[in-house]
Amino acid sequence: MFLSRPARIALRSFTILVIFVLYAPLGYVARLSLSTAKNFAWPPQGWTLGNWQHALHEPGPRTALWHSVLTGLLATAIALVLGSLAAFALTRHKFFGRNVVSLAVVLPIALPGIVTALALRSAFDRIGIALSSITLAVAHATFCVVIVYNNVSARLRRVARNLEEASADLGAGPIQTLRLVTFPLLRSALLAGGLLAFALSFDEIIVTTFAVDGGYRTLPLWFSDNFSRPNALPTVNVVATFVVLASTIPVYFAQRISDGAVA
Amino acid sequence: MGFRLGRHQRQLIPIIHESQSPKPLGRSRVARILATRERLRLAIELTPPSAWMLIIYIGSLGALIITSLYSMQSDPTGLITKLDTHFTAMNFRRLLTSDSLSSVYRTVTLRTVQSAVTVTTIDAIVAVPVAFYVAKVASRWARRGIIVAITMPLWAGYLVKGYAWRSLLDPSGGALRKFFGHTPGFGFAASTLVLAYQWFPYMAIAVYAGLDRLPDSLLEASTDLGAKAFRTFRSVVLPQIRPSLIAGSIFTFSLTLGDFYMNRIVGGTTEFIGNVIYRQFSVDAPFAAAFAVVPIVIMVVYLLGARAAGALEEL
Repeated sequence: MFLSRPARIALRSFTILVIFVLYAPLGYVARLSLSTAKNFAWPPQGWTLGNWQHALHEPGPRTALWHSVLTGLLATAIALVLGSLAAFALTRHKFFGRNVVSLAVVLPIALPGIVTALALRSAFDRIGIALSSITLAVAHATFCVVIVYNNVSARLRRVARNLEEASADLGAGPIQTLRLVTFPLLRSALLAGGLLAFALSFDEIIVTTFAVDGGYRTLPLWFSDNFSRPNALPTVNVVATFVVLASTIPVYFAQRISDGAVA
Repeated sequence: MGFRLGRHQRQLIPIIHESQSPKPLGRSRVARILATRERLRLAIELTPPSAWMLIIYIGSLGALIITSLYSMQSDPTGLITKLDTHFTAMNFRRLLTSDSLSSVYRTVTLRTVQSAVTVTTIDAIVAVPVAFYVAKVASRWARRGIIVAITMPLWAGYLVKGYAWRSLLDPSGGALRKFFGHTPGFGFAASTLVLAYQWFPYMAIAVYAGLDRLPDSLLEASTDLGAKAFRTFRSVVLPQIRPSLIAGSIFTFSLTLGDFYMNRIVGGTTEFIGNVIYRQFSVDAPFAAAFAVVPIVIMVVYLLGARAAGALEEL
């Protein structure tokens, strides 16, 4: 390679610095979850596991976590179906209006969150649909489709279509080809896209704020409610730390999948 | 002669008929079946996603536009306002005319765009060296670790990270003040910095994807031709990753344009377009809808520019 040793060291130091900055706030929250203080003040005071024990018995964050997982799963399921269908239609066929459809798929993520949020809310209000966990999942699915679409269409562009044609020549029906040839080729792209879509839904708050009624709290909404309550802060820190730690599992799997998928 | 030939032909005709005619007929039938099946397949694949996106999403944007043409009218007592569903351009006139009110919205819009541009610039400047290190310098093992490290913060705690920054930035005794003797405090600068922090992974992943596709041999060729590192970067790397940078910038720009939570956490009294829309929504939903058309127009212009640069495929 053409880089001098000092240049490599500079690049590596810079990368380490950036990762440190990325994690400093998260580390700070983790430290606070073990602190005896009931605020965000610097420096954190004391050490205790009491916050963690206390948080175990809190129903609020558990319900909110469940709501977030449920919404994420529902939105991801819809996005997996619609995103992969759109990927097939748009990468494998040429048809009139193709650009319009591809723009419509990409638009929810390209337009600012507040626009998507207000647009969906306007539609619900104009039609007179009551806000619920279903409207929330519909709203989340709408911006998750593009994530699955991107992953699957990138894969479809790489895998040769003649594998499916070979399968058809050998006498397999469309369903059999889909099950035995196409799906295995797409599996890792579907998993990676699905995980990313779930993550996007799980941490989303702007569209969520507009697409759900006041009683239904997802985890980000629960965080938003409780930051201003001093008594709840230790629990907030515990739940936040827990979520960050728990998210290493899917991220690890996502990475393994995408590593194994390099064709 | 003619008769004989005719007889001969008559004998031949069925043979020709059998050996040639069925083929084109069969081919066209197969082609027709295939074409029909192809069209059927396209219909099956295309209908659900396009129906969802066009009806639910584009339909919602339509509902937004319709709402922006409504108005809130107060009853004679002036105490109760209710939605008037007669179309009026009132909200847009309020946004566009040059009285004192509209200059407020112009200021908010310009401030938001300024923040989005700054966030995008910071993220691009930081992401390029990091992504370059990951894609071209780091060992395979380190590469995987760093990618995980960069993507993981996307999973959790957009709000929590915001509040952590609030504490770190706190002018009265936050960690930044303690360690560096300086903090931007709460306001526009803090919001912009924290947003750059929040959206960095999107830019880093996009740039990494572009660099990963860039063959090492191009860099080696550039070195062989006598280019120094900086020249190689400017003339080989940068043009190649331009579409990726633009794709990443769509995320950082649009996410900033539509954000309002970070201003509420670290922005002090700073307001972005999102804050105004959020505040207005419960008071005057039609006006909020009209103001939401502003970021739509900005993003459409941005996307058209990105498409001209060939970056939309990267999204």
